[in-house]
Amino acid sequence: MSAMITPAFSIEDFLERERAKDLLRFSTAGSVDDGKSTLIGRLLYDTQSVYEDQVRSIEGKGTTAPGQIDFALLTDGLRAEREQGITIDVAYRYFSTARRKFIIADTPGHEQYTRNMATGASTADAAVVLIDASKGVLLQSRRHAYIASLLRVRHILVAVNKMDLVGYDESAFRVIESEFTSVLEQIAAGTGNPLEATFIPVSALAGDNIVHRSQAMPWYKGTSLLELLESLPSSQDARTTPFRFPVQRVLRPDHTFRGFSGQIASGVVRPGDTVSVLPSGRSAKVKRIVTWDGDLDEAAAPLSVTLVLDHELDISRGDLIVSADSPATVAKRVKAALVWMDQRPLDRRRRYLLKHTSHAVPAFISTIEHRTNVGALTREAADILRMNDIGVVSLNLLRPIALDSYRENRSTGAFILIDSETNGTVAAGMITAASSQEAEGGADDVYAWGPVTVGEREARWGHRGGVIELAGPAELLDTIERSIFTAGTVSSRIDADHEVFLLHPDLLAIVTGFATQSGLLSLVMRANYEDVLSVHIEGQRLTHNANDAIGAVAAVHQLLHTIGIFIPSEKAGL
Amino acid sequence: MPVAENEVLSQSLSSKFQASPHQSHLRMLEAESIHILREVASEFERPVMLYSIGKDSSVMLRLAQKAFYPAPIPFPLLHIDTGFKFAEMLSFRDEMARSIGAELLVWRNEAAIAAGTNPIALDTKRCCALLKTQALLDALRHYNFDAAFGGARRDEEKSRAKERIYSFRDSAGQWDPKNQRPELWSLYNARVHPGESIRVFPLSNWTEMDVWQYIHEEKIPVVDLYFAKERLMYVRGDALLPIEQSFVARPAETPQFVKCRLRSLGCSPCTGAIRSDADTIPAIIAELLSFRSSERANRVIDHDQEGSMEIKKREGYF
Repeated sequence: MSAMITPAFSIEDFLERERAKDLLRFSTAGSVDDGKSTLIGRLLYDTQSVYEDQVRSIEGKGTTAPGQIDFALLTDGLRAEREQGITIDVAYRYFSTARRKFIIADTPGHEQYTRNMATGASTADAAVVLIDASKGVLLQSRRHAYIASLLRVRHILVAVNKMDLVGYDESAFRVIESEFTSVLEQIAAGTGNPLEATFIPVSALAGDNIVHRSQAMPWYKGTSLLELLESLPSSQDARTTPFRFPVQRVLRPDHTFRGFSGQIASGVVRPGDTVSVLPSGRSAKVKRIVTWDGDLDEAAAPLSVTLVLDHELDISRGDLIVSADSPATVAKRVKAALVWMDQRPLDRRRRYLLKHTSHAVPAFISTIEHRTNVGALTREAADILRMNDIGVVSLNLLRPIALDSYRENRSTGAFILIDSETNGTVAAGMITAASSQEAEGGADDVYAWGPVTVGEREARWGHRGGVIELAGPAELLDTIERSIFTAGTVSSRIDADHEVFLLHPDLLAIVTGFATQSGLLSLVMRANYEDVLSVHIEGQRLTHNANDAIGAVAAVHQLLHTIGIFIPSEKAGL
Repeated sequence: MPVAENEVLSQSLSSKFQASPHQSHLRMLEAESIHILREVASEFERPVMLYSIGKDSSVMLRLAQKAFYPAPIPFPLLHIDTGFKFAEMLSFRDEMARSIGAELLVWRNEAAIAAGTNPIALDTKRCCALLKTQALLDALRHYNFDAAFGGARRDEEKSRAKERIYSFRDSAGQWDPKNQRPELWSLYNARVHPGESIRVFPLSNWTEMDVWQYIHEEKIPVVDLYFAKERLMYVRGDALLPIEQSFVARPAETPQFVKCRLRSLGCSPCTGAIRSDADTIPAIIAELLSFRSSERANRVIDHDQEGSMEIKKREGYF
């Protein structure tokens, strides 16, 4: 590092580069023999993130050959771990490169530590799954990939380790790659969460393809593990998801100020935005976004801010402030995947506290739908969930809460269960479906989502599906399409004179039928050279002088409103 | 923490993934810490912030100001005074509490101090147990605090790497590392029975470098002892020992002026200084980049036995 402190080194340049860095969290899992600790130790050591006194304190103490450093001792923090040569609990480690800061959630790999793996994966953007090249795909690697997928970690980096033990042989790597690729496909199908996997042949012990690309495997054209970690997109897609803001605290320093403090769970908020407060459903406009550093014009996840609304609403801790355009679901019945984490098995007679965002509600588990056999990736019937079991259950809540599915939102779709007697954290839950209040007492199995419903599509797009048939000059048709698109609709343009429809006249109705079902506006266009625009929507007809483009466009929009294509915003999503 | 120099590597990387506009890592850490501070203030009946006057405490205090703005910090600060803190630390502490209008509580194990407890008369292990751990547990019990914030970070020491953000302590204040509550997402379990408590570490995910960068960006005041200047020290080989306490001196030993600074602040008899010219925060950051030793290498109490921090924490230390 002394190389950096040269006359050319400028602290201001350094700080400027630091400001540009973002944060990536990834999890690892493994046990003592698959080289996980060695891999992490190598990442830390080769990025010069361990200090000499820390290396000195372990030098010559491990189980490696003389002169070599046993990296596992760098990472195993507890005495019992060093004494027994095992990793017991999640440890968090930190390092940074010229591009990025990293937080590693380093978890043990054995089955009895499934709960620790889930803990590590819950905040991870990526997971490094280790496979020992000399042993092939073991249950442990499957389990880690399954849990990562269940917790919606999108990027799986498969490090095929100990390549030195198989003579850096490409075919050994390819066999594992193809076998594990099909395992990952099966896993993604099971959890419903898409996975993106990248395979890297490495030797953590020798340092091959960990930080630097290896000379030993010229057949491998990809990047090193660290280069890959540096280039992965971080989790900040939270910007594009709907605004969610769990209220943590109501701030009322004096009678002139009343603000709602919280951390933005997803999306973006600006002064002037209309928001709804759930579960009450009342709405208001955002007046100010207050921070110690001054008011903001815009705030995005994951910032912690304080919102001031334009009029008094009864809001308290635990309420969810959401975008009025795409509100969350309010529910008292929830279906969720659970990872059971406590010595005492799940008990359906027991009352648990369900902690979700910034509130907790009493809950009972009504049914266990199935347990997942992570080894075989199959579902099996179960009466009970024990420690480290994964299953799907239905829960009844004593009060309704505002939530999203975990697939849609990792904050508002997640919860923990607390045993109200022992106070232990007994399970982690990921909501897969929820029934709205209205459905209560009615059809028990009517869930607000599962397959995407018409209502959900309408809530997202702000309109329902429909078919608009238009005939007129091509230029005017283009103008109308543009104006309908600009109005924020999701539309598809279909050329009715396309030869496929001439050959198969019935096809047009089939295509527009599917599009309507999917909530799209189908614009069925017939270009001609006449002076008249004719429009046909759901039995309503309209003709307009084609030379008056502005008037024609206005008339089309008027007709769309008249027949109720656009849904009123206060109804959206509820 | 040192930074990997890998310029060639980053240039050769194709833009496989489009970089998106992002929050800087300090903003993300700040947002996470504020969320934790607000959770604790809302869920516990009597929280308190342990204020140790050091750089981490200074950052934590600023985060508390931010978390509740424009309202005041809704809990008191507690300083465990061993009687061996540097005089500059104590005056800084009083001035800081006064200027931000925070309630400051100071607790000392007066009986042990009166009995002449010091790390030379006893050993460091027993001295810490009496003046720090015992004093802390007595103070928490006296005021009936059910949650206490500490500025510890996971990158400081390897048993701390295993610490939860909400660290559960039994009614004797003890930590059981093998039986910690799972902590997922940012959902914290704040439930305790009467007598039990939670230690909370809002800076868990910060590194030493993050702390200094934040102090720089936010212009947070820190004790002058962090900055290099000529100070009288006992010089023993590489070690520089502050002259604050007379019992530190060996017979016939005379102090010398050395340009030095303190990298972390503890009790003066057990905190060595380092030779340094770093007299500004950017200079400290530049110096940090060149360091090959961890910040706690100069803290005698971390090295008095194998796994010493873990043992102290089990007994109730922060």
